[in-house]
Amino acid sequence: MKDNTKKSFDIKSIFRGGLGQLTIPIIAIALLVIFNLIRDPSFFSIGFSSNNEGNTVLEGNLISIINSASELAVLAIGMTLVTAACGGQDISVGAAAAIAGSAFVKVLKSGSEIGAGTVIAAFVLACVVAMIFGAFNGTLVAVFKIQPMIATLILYTCGRSIAYWINGGATPTVSSPIITAIGSFIPGIPVPTPVIIVIVMIVLFKLLFRFTSLELLTQSVGINGSAARLNGINTTFIKLLSFIFLGICVAVAGCIGVSRLGLINHETLLLDIEMDAILAVAIGGNNLGGGRFKISGSILGAYIIQMLTITLYAMKVPSTDVKAYKAIVIVILVVIGSPVVKQKFNRFMTQLQMKKNQTAVKEGGKA
Amino acid sequence: MKKNNGFREPLTDTQLLMTITICIFIAMYGLAMIFLQGGFLHVQQVFDLLNDNASLIIVSCGLTIVMIGGGIDISVGAVTSLTVMSCVLYLNNGGSIFGSILLALGIGLAFGIIQGALISYLEIQPFIVTLAGMFFARGFTTILSVNPQKVDHEAFNKLRETKIEIDWLGYTAKNGTRIPGRMELGVIVALVIVVLVFILLQYFKPGREFYAIGGNQTSALMLGINVKRTRFLSYVICGLLSGISGYVFMMHTGAGNATNAAGMEMNAIASSIIGGTLLTGGVGNVAGTFFGTMTLTTIKKIVVASGLNDPWWQSITTGGMLCFFILLQSVVLSRREKKKKAS
Amino acid sequence: MQEDCLLKLRGIEKRFPGVRALHNVDFTLRKGEIHALMGENGAGKSTLIKLLTGVYSKDDGTIYVEGKEAHIHSPQDAQNNGISTVYQEITLCPNLTVAENIFIGRESNMVVKRKDYEKRTAEILSNLQIPARPRQQLGNCSLAVQQMVAIARAVDMQCKVLILDEPTSSLDDKEVNMLFKLMRDLKARGVGIIFVTHFLEQVYEVCDRITVLRNGELVGEYLTEDLPQVQLVSKMIGKELDELNTLSEKDDIVKEKGEVFYEAKGLSSSNALPFDFTIHKGEVNGFTGLLGSGRSESVRAIFGADKVNGGTVKIKGKQVQIDRPIQAMKNGIGYLSEDRKGDGIIAELSVRENIILALQVMNGFFKPISRSESEAFADEYIKALSIKTASRETPVGSLSGGNQQKVILARWLLTHPDYLILDEPTRGIDVGTKLEIQKLVLKLAEDGVSVTFISSEIEEMLRTCSRLIVMRDRHIVGELKGSELNQAQVMRTIAGGETKNEG
Repeated sequence: MKDNTKKSFDIKSIFRGGLGQLTIPIIAIALLVIFNLIRDPSFFSIGFSSNNEGNTVLEGNLISIINSASELAVLAIGMTLVTAACGGQDISVGAAAAIAGSAFVKVLKSGSEIGAGTVIAAFVLACVVAMIFGAFNGTLVAVFKIQPMIATLILYTCGRSIAYWINGGATPTVSSPIITAIGSFIPGIPVPTPVIIVIVMIVLFKLLFRFTSLELLTQSVGINGSAARLNGINTTFIKLLSFIFLGICVAVAGCIGVSRLGLINHETLLLDIEMDAILAVAIGGNNLGGGRFKISGSILGAYIIQMLTITLYAMKVPSTDVKAYKAIVIVILVVIGSPVVKQKFNRFMTQLQMKKNQTAVKEGGKA
Repeated sequence: MKKNNGFREPLTDTQLLMTITICIFIAMYGLAMIFLQGGFLHVQQVFDLLNDNASLIIVSCGLTIVMIGGGIDISVGAVTSLTVMSCVLYLNNGGSIFGSILLALGIGLAFGIIQGALISYLEIQPFIVTLAGMFFARGFTTILSVNPQKVDHEAFNKLRETKIEIDWLGYTAKNGTRIPGRMELGVIVALVIVVLVFILLQYFKPGREFYAIGGNQTSALMLGINVKRTRFLSYVICGLLSGISGYVFMMHTGAGNATNAAGMEMNAIASSIIGGTLLTGGVGNVAGTFFGTMTLTTIKKIVVASGLNDPWWQSITTGGMLCFFILLQSVVLSRREKKKKAS
Repeated sequence: MQEDCLLKLRGIEKRFPGVRALHNVDFTLRKGEIHALMGENGAGKSTLIKLLTGVYSKDDGTIYVEGKEAHIHSPQDAQNNGISTVYQEITLCPNLTVAENIFIGRESNMVVKRKDYEKRTAEILSNLQIPARPRQQLGNCSLAVQQMVAIARAVDMQCKVLILDEPTSSLDDKEVNMLFKLMRDLKARGVGIIFVTHFLEQVYEVCDRITVLRNGELVGEYLTEDLPQVQLVSKMIGKELDELNTLSEKDDIVKEKGEVFYEAKGLSSSNALPFDFTIHKGEVNGFTGLLGSGRSESVRAIFGADKVNGGTVKIKGKQVQIDRPIQAMKNGIGYLSEDRKGDGIIAELSVRENIILALQVMNGFFKPISRSESEAFADEYIKALSIKTASRETPVGSLSGGNQQKVILARWLLTHPDYLILDEPTRGIDVGTKLEIQKLVLKLAEDGVSVTFISSEIEEMLRTCSRLIVMRDRHIVGELKGSELNQAQVMRTIAGGETKNEG
């Protein structure tokens, strides 16, 4: 009896937002873990194996989840910033990544040999290209005051065609040990390189928030742009900046994607990832209308999406059908997270508590 | 205040944006007739545009309603695709035409009701709900069948082949045979829907209430409008129209395919925007949307007719045109805002 | 007596998490009376009104409409019970026409009879002498006209009870008089009007009865003629008015002029015509004039809030360029804007973040204020200005209006400005906080800060300012100081009886 009350109390505090914004993503991860433990505990086994190049590398479902969610996690970081500052989402990230990836490959193929210098130059160019396209979107949003989704619809429509034009209509391949290392493993390190890149990106953004006032300014602009302006904040610049940061994330994601496959396919590279990235932001508990944000929530959101996908694969669901099941889980998550449901739940719990107290009093009286 | 004898009321935002679109469409089509000639001189060109895009027009109408109410629905293309596949399979397994129509309406309604309820009554962000709806419909389409399915149903194929022929709108081919103007049944459905939605939005209570909740939700509530029910209704109508669109799509192609109507949601959003609907809500008109769809599809035809056959030209011109319209709207509305402040 | 009661509230209770907003409140409204509902901010006026309009539901107590118990759970319920409300913020749809705004949400017909509505609207508008056209898009009308349209809607709904929640705060005197005429008309027709306002004079001009609330409890119901203004104020704030008196004695103190701090010549912006303006160190001056006279627009130009078109600006004799807020801030100018919700608070951010915002912006992008530092700042100013908040991490949006205003004041004080512009800092704020803000202004001036103070209440300006700049039709038409600082002289200058111009 006593335990029971205590338990209900804990659940209540979680629902009340004891963990704040991260309540829903953490519940989601917990549910997925429990589900997989019941279904097949070996799902979580991690082992070492040697790959084609003879490196000893980590292997297992968890590793492949974290590895394959890398592009999504990187994009989710940038998407969170844009969402917070502009109160809308960029739906052109997949197309922009295809452009950045094409620029990356274009430089790699320009020389006869692919050295470290070439790769760095190619990456820098990809970043610059993606930042220019980010600035284009950002200008439409910040200067012309167009809703982000509409503004980025333009690049969404024609972005992959621009990539097609850069590639000259082909799907060029690149083969180089460096690219392979970026896409899979660096010899001697058992952790997949994309995972390392994500960690580097997270650290970079943490440092950015630590050493600049970007977080406060972005939130102010997102919540009340007019007041932010009268407090001396250059709102246009902050919005533009968020799109440029997203541009960097897009370039990183595009380059990881290209390196993984060793080729650029403008039609399929990071296809439909914009939807997943927005979803990651939402699952992370961020308000899609802008304002307060937590990058960690979005990153968790990205891993939740990937964990769900891999779980479904492990259950032998065909890859084309995964979307349908994913949709059901998303709906369940957002329903649990909806303010109306939370309120109803709280009211229910309070009533339950009151009844319990009453019965306890009665029982006490009897005793 | 001056007397308003013979005073003409300035256009509302909705009317202004719609007028711009219609003018641009007419100008564009006129230029195509002068410079490209060819097919553009025949009425059949318009019929072809309508034949190919009847379902897009229907979906855009639904989306316009939702957008006027301040929402968004990105599941429309996927629902269209799911409807096509379901109806094809139903017909091939011995279903009747009447049953298949009911099935199409049912699927559309079901999506509309569920999504509308989640958005209106549980107050979940429409983008996420309809994104989930899109994933579900796309996924379920492939669960039904990964392979393309052709309709094998005699009565339906007969219906499908039925075309409305209007002789006086036809033209005489080079070899002297008279080819009448041909229009598919789906076009009639689409045009009827445009008219019905237009009447609903302009002359019926729920229609005006869509504008009210899109204009200012809190105010709408204070004015005594049942905001939740009105928003719910907008999604239900949009879902229903997606179902109808699916049926029209099937009448046009006669086959179901998992990739049917891919990207249709974005085309529909683009059509609505070109037609003068604002994503912020409260401004838009379905007549504008109709011309928006026509503008969008005509430009693609013009690109092909100009000899730019590479597929990427089409999407780049579309993107460019979208950019033009979006900037135009932004400039027009902000100039208006300034004028208002100054006065 | 009993039959005369339109509306009777008995034993009303309303609790919010952690707060008891209303406790055992009674309220009675009779046929054909104008009844003022008075109280400080946080006294429970808005809560009571929201209960009547169905925005909130009561926790306990009973509402009787014409003797019958009424259950009000939504705005529609309120409408069905004949209760209409006109709010301070316009609650109409800007994208619809005037006619539609008057009729939408009221008709049960499925078909919209546009022509009919437009004809009826034209009649209503001409009856009430509202300068709008039925087919005009509402968003293209001025705020005052929008307010009148909202009232027209309520009037046309044959309401029995009309609630006016601070309807006059965005209207000028002429429009207020029009509104009062309208109110008296309605009163003659037997409508009961609940009138909420912060302008005491207006209460005495039109109201028959006054009900005072304090801290969510009923203080009492009085006939207007039985309750002198001074007593009303003391009932509202719950203490005697010694403080008010000491403040008003300040008039005689003539400030010695320090050096010139700020000087503008021919300054103009996208919203303000060219004007000259000077302020000395430690001086409190005021801009006055009717709404739309250009007083707010002028101070916005000083702060660079609107696009600056021309003119030269000198600070401490040195020429500077100010065409963006950040440049003004770097030159030691702070600006508290007229629109607290729209231009002031960042509602979802905490009190702490709101307080440090301006300082953070001035420090620059690459020098964030550390957490511990910002906590110290927040605590300091929460204490100094006695801001009532649960904690420094409470979202500022959940504070009462007066406390939000204090947070914004704290934000600017933290930047240690040399020149602070306060545009209507006391609007919509309870009497107690008003006094605190006035005292703060005088204290700042003593410490050598120049202050420009704008208020719609001339009395308040006379109490605090040592110099008044009077504006009419977007031009400066006079400058008053010393013995000229009295209500009659200010009124004459505003009205343009005898224009006085002093360099």
